[in-house]
Amino acid sequence: MTRVRRWLPGLLLVSPSIIAIAVFVYGMLGWNFKVALSDQHDEISPGSFVGLENFTGIWSEDRWGLSVRHAIVFTVVFVLGALMLGWLLAFLMERGIRGEGGFRAVYLFPMAVSFIATGVVWRWLLNSGTGERAVGLNGLLGYLGLDFLQWGWFRDPDWGMAAMAVPAIWQMSGYIMALFLAGFRGVPEELRESARVDGCTEWQVYRHIVLPFLRPVTLAALIILGHISLKVFDLIVAVSGKQIITDVPAIFMWTAVFDSHDPAKGATIAAYIVLSVCVFVVPYLIWNARRGDRT
Amino acid sequence: MRRRWMAAVAVSLTGLLTLTACGDGGGSQGGSQSAEAKVEVFSWWTGAGEADGLKAMRAIFERENPGQEFVDAAVAGGSGDQARALLASKLSANQPPDTFQGHAGAELQGYIKAGKLESLNFLYDELKLRDVFPQQLIDQISVQGEIYSVPVNIHRSNVLWFNPAVLKEAGISTPPATIAAFIADLEKVKASGKIPLSIGSQWTVVHLLESVLLGSLGTETYNRLWTAQADWSNANVTQALNDFKTILSYAGTPVEDWQPAAKQVADGQAAFNIMGDWAYGYFHNPPDGGLGKSSKTDFDWAPAPGTDGTFMWLSDSFTLPKGAPNRAGAVAWLKVAASKEGQDAFNPLKGSIPARTDADKSLYKDYLEWDLAQWSSNKLAGSIQHGVVANDAWRASINDAVGLFQGDQDVAKFQQALADAAKNSGQ
Repeated sequence: MTRVRRWLPGLLLVSPSIIAIAVFVYGMLGWNFKVALSDQHDEISPGSFVGLENFTGIWSEDRWGLSVRHAIVFTVVFVLGALMLGWLLAFLMERGIRGEGGFRAVYLFPMAVSFIATGVVWRWLLNSGTGERAVGLNGLLGYLGLDFLQWGWFRDPDWGMAAMAVPAIWQMSGYIMALFLAGFRGVPEELRESARVDGCTEWQVYRHIVLPFLRPVTLAALIILGHISLKVFDLIVAVSGKQIITDVPAIFMWTAVFDSHDPAKGATIAAYIVLSVCVFVVPYLIWNARRGDRT
Repeated sequence: MRRRWMAAVAVSLTGLLTLTACGDGGGSQGGSQSAEAKVEVFSWWTGAGEADGLKAMRAIFERENPGQEFVDAAVAGGSGDQARALLASKLSANQPPDTFQGHAGAELQGYIKAGKLESLNFLYDELKLRDVFPQQLIDQISVQGEIYSVPVNIHRSNVLWFNPAVLKEAGISTPPATIAAFIADLEKVKASGKIPLSIGSQWTVVHLLESVLLGSLGTETYNRLWTAQADWSNANVTQALNDFKTILSYAGTPVEDWQPAAKQVADGQAAFNIMGDWAYGYFHNPPDGGLGKSSKTDFDWAPAPGTDGTFMWLSDSFTLPKGAPNRAGAVAWLKVAASKEGQDAFNPLKGSIPARTDADKSLYKDYLEWDLAQWSSNKLAGSIQHGVVANDAWRASINDAVGLFQGDQDVAKFQQALADAAKNSGQ
């Protein structure tokens, strides 16, 4: 009885959220996979089990290959861009700057804006008109006499998705800065001092003392950015709507479900999105659990 | 200790109760006591003009049906993207509105197959609607002899909008009547330094495609594409798609949507734009909803090249969902929507023409006057992008094919994709 008293109240306290998560997250995930493994290609037919047919069949579609390629370009540019910019900002802050609090707030503010609002503004900034018709960033370039730098931004067939990553970098780099700044501040001052006493140059202090301390923060930032990036939907819808030129899996999923009325295809794409996010998250969870065991 | 234990139980139970309470809240919306007299009319008419038109029909409805209360369930968003997503979830939860807006034609097929709509043949018989709608329209919206919607208005898709001053500057005296003449004129405009043809986002290119297909293939062949005898792989279609590729090569940088593309013509930056006749309201209406341009001088129009004598139509219509909470009210609404009085109240405000051929012609001025004359004399063809000839799945595949074609410019692949789309549409 006393043993029950020890664990039961705690369990009861968390049970509502356990139940809610079991139903609304894992239950729905399971349902999604069930639909993805079926041939329910319209809303009314019941659908029967077809194995991995949808998962392999989708690779023969041109649109799918294109949207995967777009997602990869977007992810690489966005994750690297936000990491590097965030790191640089944090580094400059850490070197000591007057009015640091003000700068920190300024860089963090874009976080408070939704991707939709960001997208509406950047749709104009990334306008693809050039020459006389240039507005937004192209207009700015023209004004500065840098006309040769004007290009189609997100309408460029090859590197459009790299341009699409710019607003995302703008929005998230302040947050990454805050993460890194906390990391920098977490390095004990004594360690740095003793390294300096041992004759390290300032560069060596960073190389051998500070950067290793930042590794967990970098990993956390990488995972946060990576999963945002693979699921990106709202930003792209706000900038360009559902056009092939900026297609990503999440938008393909939307048109498959609501325009083509093909639940099985939509569920297959959703499953691929979940699996690709797992590639990021699961190693992190394992790594975290191991670290938890050690300490 | 014991009291803490009890407190924990209490808290968890409260949590659970809150959850279940939320669940109940969703279900009780369809409560039926007050629904008897309310008619929920679901549409996507929230913009300037269209909302006024809806209000005018509502006034007639409320005057003629004193016991019924009109509930405007309009959802904002051009061409009804958001509205249709919400509607799909309402219908699959078996909580239909009393009546909802849909493009007449194949777009409704999904709902019809799913058994969500009631046939309206009884209403067509009662009101003798077959006599007042053009026979071809009746044919094109019938599914195995049954009609499932009441068309309220007609829009024309195949309109070539142009800027007379830019044409004059390029040495073009009359708007092009054939695809070949169109291509020659595009070349002339290009030489004069203006944008030959303005385009917007991807769907406006699909809209361009339907006019080019109609102009290049001719009405008979175009209409056959949507029947069981369709042949998407033959040389005619290849020729049409090559024309499309040539025309697209004269297009300017795509702008965000159809309005900025139309504005390029109105501002004299571009010569031509092919867009539905809702562009007329945008050109003509005073600033705030439109550009305040005067017709025939600042902008002008002609049938899209090669399509003179054919009216490519699309239509907003209302339906009767099965299990509508207030069926009598919905039927009363459909009667207003089908009536001469209702259509003549709605259409001049919306900037479209009535589907009925017996409308009061004096109400329709300028473009609409021309439009109405064309509607009563032309052959008919249905629009692709606006839900007449292809069901949603087919239209989505055509959109994909066009989007990919914009990138790779490969006509053979494009034609194959269109042929596959026709085969897999399940229509």
